Amino acid sequence: MKLTCLSHGRGGVHRPPCHVLELSGLRILLECPLDLSAIAIFAPVPSSSPSSSGDLVAAPPWYKAVAAHHLFDPCLLDAVVVSSPAAMLGLPFLARNPNFSAKIYATEVTARIGGLMMEELVAMHSEFVRYYGLEKRQGRPDWMKWEELERLPIELRNVVMGEEGEELGCWMPQYSAAEVKECMQKVVPLKYAEEVCFNGAIILKAFSSGLEIGSSNWMISSPRRSITYLSSSIFESGHAMGFDYHSLQGNDLILFSDLSSMNSTDYDTKPDECNSPPLRTDNDNEDHIIKSLSGNDENLEEIEKISFICSCIVDSLKAGGSVLIPIGRLGILLQLLEYISRALDNSNLKVPIFMVSATAEETLSFTNAIPEWLCKERQEKLFLGEALFGHAELIKEGKLCVFPLLYERELLMAWQEPCIVFSPHWSLRFGSVVQLLNRWHSDHNSLLILEQEVDAEMALLPFKTLAMKVLQCSFLSGLKMQKVQPLLELLRPKLVLFPEVLRPHCPIKEGGSFAFLYYSENVRLRVPNSRKGFEVQLATELAFQLEPRRLLEGSMAIARLQGRLLLSKGKYLLVSGKKPLKQSNEQMLLWGSVDPARLILALEERGIVGSICDDDKAADGYWFIQVSKPEEGLIKSSASETVISCDDERTSALIFEALCSVCDGI
Amino acid sequence: MAIECLVLGAGQEVGKSCVVVSIGGKKIMFDCGMHMGYLDSRRYPDFSLISETGDFDSSLTCVVITHFHLDHVGALPYFTEVCGYHGPIYMTYPTKALAPIMLEDYRKVMVERRGEEEQFSYDHIMECMRKVIPLDLKQTVQVDKDLQIRAYYAGHVLGAAMIYAKVGGSTMVYTGDYNMTPDRHLGAAQIDRLRLDLLITESTYATTIRDSKYAREREFLKAVHKCVAGGGKVLIPTFALGRAQELCILLDDYWERMNLNVPIYFSAGLTIQANMYYKMLIGWTSQKIKDNYTKHNPFDFKHVCSFERSLINAPGPCVLFATPGMISGGFSLEVFKHWAPSEKNLITLPGYCVAGTIGHKLMSGKPTRIDLDADTHIDVRCQIHQLSFSPHTDAKGIMDLIDFLFPQHVILVHGEKPKMASLTERIQSELGIPCYYPANNETVLIPTSQNVKVDATGQFMRSCHNVNLNSIQDKPCISNFSTNNCEVSGTKIDASKMVITSCCNANLHSTQDKHCISNASISNCEVSELAGDENLTEGILVMEKSKTAKVVSKDELLQMLGAEKHVVQFARCFPVRLSNREQFLPHAANHTTLQLLCKKLSSHVKCKYIESFSDHLQLDSLRIRICSNEDCPFRTNQNKYCSSSVIYFCCSWSMHDENLASKCLEIVNNLDSTIQDSNLAQEEAPNEHLQ
Ligand SMILES: [Zn+2]
Ligand SMILES: [Zn+2]
Ligand SMILES: [Zn+2]
Repeated sequence: MKLTCLSHGRGGVHRPPCHVLELSGLRILLECPLDLSAIAIFAPVPSSSPSSSGDLVAAPPWYKAVAAHHLFDPCLLDAVVVSSPAAMLGLPFLARNPNFSAKIYATEVTARIGGLMMEELVAMHSEFVRYYGLEKRQGRPDWMKWEELERLPIELRNVVMGEEGEELGCWMPQYSAAEVKECMQKVVPLKYAEEVCFNGAIILKAFSSGLEIGSSNWMISSPRRSITYLSSSIFESGHAMGFDYHSLQGNDLILFSDLSSMNSTDYDTKPDECNSPPLRTDNDNEDHIIKSLSGNDENLEEIEKISFICSCIVDSLKAGGSVLIPIGRLGILLQLLEYISRALDNSNLKVPIFMVSATAEETLSFTNAIPEWLCKERQEKLFLGEALFGHAELIKEGKLCVFPLLYERELLMAWQEPCIVFSPHWSLRFGSVVQLLNRWHSDHNSLLILEQEVDAEMALLPFKTLAMKVLQCSFLSGLKMQKVQPLLELLRPKLVLFPEVLRPHCPIKEGGSFAFLYYSENVRLRVPNSRKGFEVQLATELAFQLEPRRLLEGSMAIARLQGRLLLSKGKYLLVSGKKPLKQSNEQMLLWGSVDPARLILALEERGIVGSICDDDKAADGYWFIQVSKPEEGLIKSSASETVISCDDERTSALIFEALCSVCDGI
Repeated sequence: MAIECLVLGAGQEVGKSCVVVSIGGKKIMFDCGMHMGYLDSRRYPDFSLISETGDFDSSLTCVVITHFHLDHVGALPYFTEVCGYHGPIYMTYPTKALAPIMLEDYRKVMVERRGEEEQFSYDHIMECMRKVIPLDLKQTVQVDKDLQIRAYYAGHVLGAAMIYAKVGGSTMVYTGDYNMTPDRHLGAAQIDRLRLDLLITESTYATTIRDSKYAREREFLKAVHKCVAGGGKVLIPTFALGRAQELCILLDDYWERMNLNVPIYFSAGLTIQANMYYKMLIGWTSQKIKDNYTKHNPFDFKHVCSFERSLINAPGPCVLFATPGMISGGFSLEVFKHWAPSEKNLITLPGYCVAGTIGHKLMSGKPTRIDLDADTHIDVRCQIHQLSFSPHTDAKGIMDLIDFLFPQHVILVHGEKPKMASLTERIQSELGIPCYYPANNETVLIPTSQNVKVDATGQFMRSCHNVNLNSIQDKPCISNFSTNNCEVSGTKIDASKMVITSCCNANLHSTQDKHCISNASISNCEVSELAGDENLTEGILVMEKSKTAKVVSKDELLQMLGAEKHVVQFARCFPVRLSNREQFLPHAANHTTLQLLCKKLSSHVKCKYIESFSDHLQLDSLRIRICSNEDCPFRTNQNKYCSSSVIYFCCSWSMHDENLASKCLEIVNNLDSTIQDSNLAQEEAPNEHLQ
């Protein structure tokens, strides 16, 4: 097995890490994200009012796939495994390649939400198409020319090219709606814990990771290895089903790919807490670990953040300012909606909430029909017959208005300020957020809410003389570092593949019950196999055909085996051939030496009379048996060879049979 | 190994489905239903047969419920809250959400209308349901270390599932009720091609073959339309969920198309609340609904409103859905009493009514009077329409499913005895699968086969891969019965994608033979055959006490034992008389003789290898040499000649060339005539030229 990390990602939800796994001769791509933060180099579509795009590239944007992706021949891939909606946004680039024939595996919900996100991207990109006209598909755009690139400020140029120009090849012109559709047809949608087998050799199973609705970790097992592919995970969530770590217990190897803490500041929080107490491996300890891992505190912390946001929103509204929320995380968005409407009720504010996106309506109605994928509290709502999320009620009461586009007649009729608008896209380059920012950026009472992951300075470049308040909020986007060690203890792997970048920050104790290998970007890491030999299932009917033979010495028995070897659902299986097993002595394999006295007895049993010759012939380690009845013959034998000589074929056959009976063989 | 199958209910009858299966030391209860036709102890399965002491927790591993119909879940609250079972209970998300509605509806009917002593309370129902672990389709649930269960889509009603269970190598499926054709709101049953020791299937329509569903729907709509057009009232007794939604979609759609405004009512609390559930569980409906619900949710009925008791005798036509189905009591009975005497009205009955209900009485013949009890009689003058469409599979569907899964054994439940007998006959004769239909409280023992786990060495595995590749691959797991029930499509596997293939000259082709799969007892789905069946893999199985058996290659065996191979050869040294040896072969006599012999042999025998050396010939393992050693030990006494016209041939060979050797030795024995023939040939040749 070999692992190549193509990209660490940015440690956030929007750009997850990406790897290639080579296993049992098959090549699996893990995640296929886009770096959407990179489109910050493009100026948004200019509005009627003069804008200050400054140094930004004024052209229809291209999109940046993960580094080194373009070096990868898509026809060499056997499968693509996708863990979250954001991790599939780059798929159409792969899938539109005519040589791409891999199957794409994702959970049903990841696929659906990811598909909606792609549709939204395409819809937002069409703003540029409307402004610039349709881009010609051939050749590189002008902004990619060297002299143009040289004119860019260094930070923008780095985004385009990477530090050494290696990332220039990652840029692609946007995919079309048809390409998205085609790509989605190649996705095999899975349920949590559904077993899927590809090529007979590898079994995949997705388990909830808690990060986002439908997001998953994976169990990837081949005949000789079982792997936990651990992506960013959250123990308890207020929307998605929590991190199902129980189902990942006992696999041989963990590919640790949660790099959410790569950029976070709480690296070295309380390292002593996880070094002590000494870990034991009994059940008590396991319970203890589980308790420490999966408490509700993380969720409470998130709710606290959301409540804080709500209080800021209420303050702005009271001051007459509007609130703009271009948050890209669906689960958080749905929770925010519920909390905001409650906060408005509590402060007696009658302020409309808008949601302006091409796919918002479909996304919202979809989320109210997927109870199987949600956290326990929301599943309870199903059993009580209540809506899973609050937005259905809000829409019915007219508190939430959903529109595909700004400037729609109905929207204009419902519009009133101050208001709250959920509006894509978090990059602030396209989507309804651009026009609304143009409208409100100089209003110091208005409020913009961004995720921590967004480079606010870069994102806000085109909206100069910014007076509106900006609230950046870091939501939990993976495992907290101090929980890594206890989690690994609980999962009991033999080996952990761990990112080198996290090594200095992660309080991991080496020398425990499992070993570590560290991986780095663009290095092919060879992973040794821990299992010796192969495990094979012997079919019953073949087992019944066996004719075991006990060895002359020791307790060992052996049997000749003839059958067909199959690979089925990741397991080797030996079954009997269609033709009956031919049982003959012809292929008899003998070893060791023959005792002449025993051979004489065995001959007698078969009616053959012979005697050991002790004349001068017996030399050089040879002995002879002279056969006299029923036919004359001779047996010459040494430690490693026996020669049978007799004119009569029947007698020779009997002698051979007698020989086999006194010699070890099969 | 065996699977023990105890039928506690639905054995040779419909009602109180409950089968307890012991498999590899685990005990699973499939369904825990009640019988609607009985009011005494016969309404529940006889749980005492599971455990005399009532210690169900230690005797059962888990309970799995297939769907929310009362004949499958009706006894569950009684079993958990009254009998005290506390172990795990599994059912699908919709079943967990909807079963309490069914149970509560029924409990109310029993307690409030019949004034019966309640068997379980509302709290019992809620307490029981709280313990239920919800299942998603195809989710593989590890109940414990050894027991795995998985739910497959069964159609029938929302959330209905067929359950696959596996312990070690023993596998089975319990179907519950299922439908092989899609209806208005549900899809058809779907299952993987699994390798099964046992299939337990329902057989409600064991002998019925149904025609097009469309015609039967039209018949129903026509009957309803005719009745309301004549000013009559239509009573549709149904259970709260399932049929109600199906018929309602049908009517709502028809009302829209025909522009009708006759009111459609739901009896209190019935489906208004249920529709909320259906909207959230849209993922469990048919593909058509799933594709369109974000625009139009079919459970938003336009023409449906709720019913007040005062409307029973209101003038004018209407359609009313009322619980319970089969008119076993409750509100539907109350309305029936009022409406049955008028010939203008219409009562629709489901395709199946349990014996003992009014529905059953109405179905068997056309009674004009029904005696409820000693004092209450109802005159029946209304029209009766029996719905001929049902959410159960027909006989063809059952046969299709069995043929598709091709299990080792079949058990029929949930049907009527004579029909089950005739279906059993069919299954055994047409499919050759042993089939049983035990009565309640009977046990069937099913033998199972079990694979043995062994280790294999790398060298053995490589030797297998050296032979040509051959792959069988099912269509991605699922086949939809409604369209093509047994389609298997082969997909090519790229040589580069196979495991350890660097050394193969792969000759790829795929097979479409499904029996290939079932005969070879391979678990479902994708299978790659690593050696063609022409080339059987050979190895040695080494068994030692208290160690896992190990497959090694022949070479490895000797290494493992630290032994040296013992070679066995056969040898003979025999004289051949050559009549004119001296005259034509003076010098290199032996050499020429061998060459002549070689020529002769190569044209008369088949072997892989043949070569002539200066002093011997080699044909595979057979070595022929002219022997001049007079003391050669392989010369037997009787053939010790001493003559110049005799030469000795010393031959040796291995056992596996026995046939080759005996042929060659015969030719060597007749060498004299051969040489004479060839001399003749040489002499004649020039003459031919002269002529
Ligand atoms: Zn049913
Ligand atoms: Zn039933
Ligand atoms: Zn000889």
